[in-house]
Amino acid sequence: MTPESILPLELRGVCLSIGNAALIRDVSFTLQTGPKTVILGPNGAGKSLLLRLCHGLLTPSAGTVHWHGAGKTGAARHQAMVFQRPVMLRRSVEANIAYALALHDTAKPARGGLIAEALAMTGLAAIADRPARVLSAGEQQKLALARAWVLRPQALFLDEPTASLDPAATHAVEEIIKTIHTGGCKIVMTTHDLGQAKRLADEVLFFHQGRLIEQTHADSFFEKPDTAHAQAFLRGELLWQDDEPGLR
Amino acid sequence: MIGTATPAPAAETFITLASTTSTDNSGLYGFILPKFTKKTGIAVRVVAVGTGQALRIARNGDADVLIVHHKTSEEKFVADGFGVKRFDLMYNDFILVGPPDDPAAIKGMTDVAQALRRIAQAAAYFVSRGDDSGTHKREQELWRRVNIAPDSRSDRWYRESGNGMGATLNTASAMEAYTMTDRGTWLAFKNRAHLALAVEQVPPLRNQYGVIRVSEKKHPHVKAQPARHFVDWLLSDEGQKAIGAFRVNGIQLFHPNASR
Amino acid sequence: MLDFSAAFGKALSLVISFDPDLAEIVALSLRVSLSAVFFAAVIGLPLGAAAALYRFPGRRALTVLLNAFMGLPPVVVGLIVYLLLSRAGPFGVFGLLFTPTAMIIAQTLLIVPIIAALTRQVIEDLWKEYGEQLRSLGATVTRAVPTLLWEARFTLVTAILAGFGRASAEVGAVMIVGGNIDHVTRVMTTAIALEVSKGDLSLALALGMILIALSLSVNATAYLVGDIAHRKQMA
Repeated sequence: MTPESILPLELRGVCLSIGNAALIRDVSFTLQTGPKTVILGPNGAGKSLLLRLCHGLLTPSAGTVHWHGAGKTGAARHQAMVFQRPVMLRRSVEANIAYALALHDTAKPARGGLIAEALAMTGLAAIADRPARVLSAGEQQKLALARAWVLRPQALFLDEPTASLDPAATHAVEEIIKTIHTGGCKIVMTTHDLGQAKRLADEVLFFHQGRLIEQTHADSFFEKPDTAHAQAFLRGELLWQDDEPGLR
Repeated sequence: MIGTATPAPAAETFITLASTTSTDNSGLYGFILPKFTKKTGIAVRVVAVGTGQALRIARNGDADVLIVHHKTSEEKFVADGFGVKRFDLMYNDFILVGPPDDPAAIKGMTDVAQALRRIAQAAAYFVSRGDDSGTHKREQELWRRVNIAPDSRSDRWYRESGNGMGATLNTASAMEAYTMTDRGTWLAFKNRAHLALAVEQVPPLRNQYGVIRVSEKKHPHVKAQPARHFVDWLLSDEGQKAIGAFRVNGIQLFHPNASR
Repeated sequence: MLDFSAAFGKALSLVISFDPDLAEIVALSLRVSLSAVFFAAVIGLPLGAAAALYRFPGRRALTVLLNAFMGLPPVVVGLIVYLLLSRAGPFGVFGLLFTPTAMIIAQTLLIVPIIAALTRQVIEDLWKEYGEQLRSLGATVTRAVPTLLWEARFTLVTAILAGFGRASAEVGAVMIVGGNIDHVTRVMTTAIALEVSKGDLSLALALGMILIALSLSVNATAYLVGDIAHRKQMA
């Protein structure tokens, strides 16, 4: 019995303030199953915060984050997130993946097979017994993906997943992301790397100073962005959150 | 080698005896208690603390029998209903010990009170128990007898350790000071550096021990029957003989004096 | 002048001859302190983790209290336990005073704050590092407690050893609630205090050396076990 789809994800009037600072201002958009969504924007635009709001790690100060299927807890079970710096337990590669399964009370006999699949998908089968903490950054990030994917999420959030990796590892991670997407998982990702965005994005959400400036198909965004902000950003001129187009 | 020489009690029944460290440290209990246990199968567990604490433990009903050496407190214990009856058990005597070079020139004197007066006059170091124990109260009575009231705040030579007899002797040894002790503790004491016998009173300055059974009326849980056995034995010929037979370096430490 | 080499010689001969009194005292010391550490860990580890992870009114007061009670004077703890266990006290009916059980109770109370306070700090720091990821994986705070305790196991072993050190070194609590009864409640520290009060300083020092050697052995064993486990993790 396939679970009901938790998408589309709808944000309406979402605001986030911490102390006196308004970090996310009145953001509304909808994410559909299908396209790989990449969130772009200068530093401090609020991209990471937005991901966490979608994933449920943060609660908005105002507005709603609404998944289509099931209640709040039901949706949470079908999502996963990969962070810029992977956080691994002091256990083996295999045990880290098993931990995710244990948390969701997966039947014990089924676990072995699921773990093997996740290891194979990410190319980690050879080092399944190695302590996770001694892996290279690239291998740990692959492990994070394996751990996220083993529960077959419907939506996968990635916060700058390759920012700390070398080009070879970056490429490997991008391939894994594509494979996960092909399997039917919604990808929502932030990145600083415009080249990566061009390689992966089907849809772009462009943020600046906590506001959603544009939501368009990737092709039209990169070739002919609508707003001055986006144009400045693609020229490499809009780098910090306080920048305005034309300042540089 | 360590502790006292009592063999591990195999007996199931045991009673708790609250007594003083000086009595226990002398080795007396290690000598006489095995005889009692062998005869009756009753083990005696000795909790050796300061006089005040021993009385408190017995008062609370945490012990079955009490042996201390302060008659006034013992009589009050019985009068308050916590003890059944007080019996004279045994006595030893108090002596003065101090630095071998004897700065107060009291060696060989036969009157402890007068010797104390000389110590005060010479302002020679003196360590007092300072803990309201039987020994301490006796010391204070002797100072009063010669009209001296030493005050550790104003008299630099008078120090109060606030501790048991062993600790006080250690302090006296380290400070090269005089102190008053019971002969039992002194003979068994091993840290004799800088200490020697100074004054033994003639006739001896008696330190009387009393034994009391904790009342089962106040404390119904007390092991009255075995405790009665024990007290009877102590007061009997056999018990009294055992007390008298105990020697350290050939010297008899305790003189049995139970009346019948 | 106290002869350290004489004391050392005495210590050696006691150990080699397997003096039965010494063996009995050492066995009881280990039994009391290791039991106390066990119970204190069973109480203190989850208590510390809960104090780190749950939000409840009085949380900060609890943190200050736990930290402060790491320095509880043993003699005060002994006095309080005596008053509780005395026949004249609320729990006198159990007749626990002057038994090894009373000593274990007193020492457990003494070291729970140490283990709990150190655990609290360690788990709080770990939560900062792991919290987001664990929540993302779907772990509730309750589910995270055993996970983080196991994660922190090397640091927590040090906290537990600190507790053992404190328990095996203290004399104030066990003296009052145990009574230093020969063959029943006499442990290393009370035996040392007894020998000092008898003026037998070299025997006291010899026992002290043995006690230190005992503590060194326990810590060395823990270190080796931890090192092997740690090495396996990093291999």
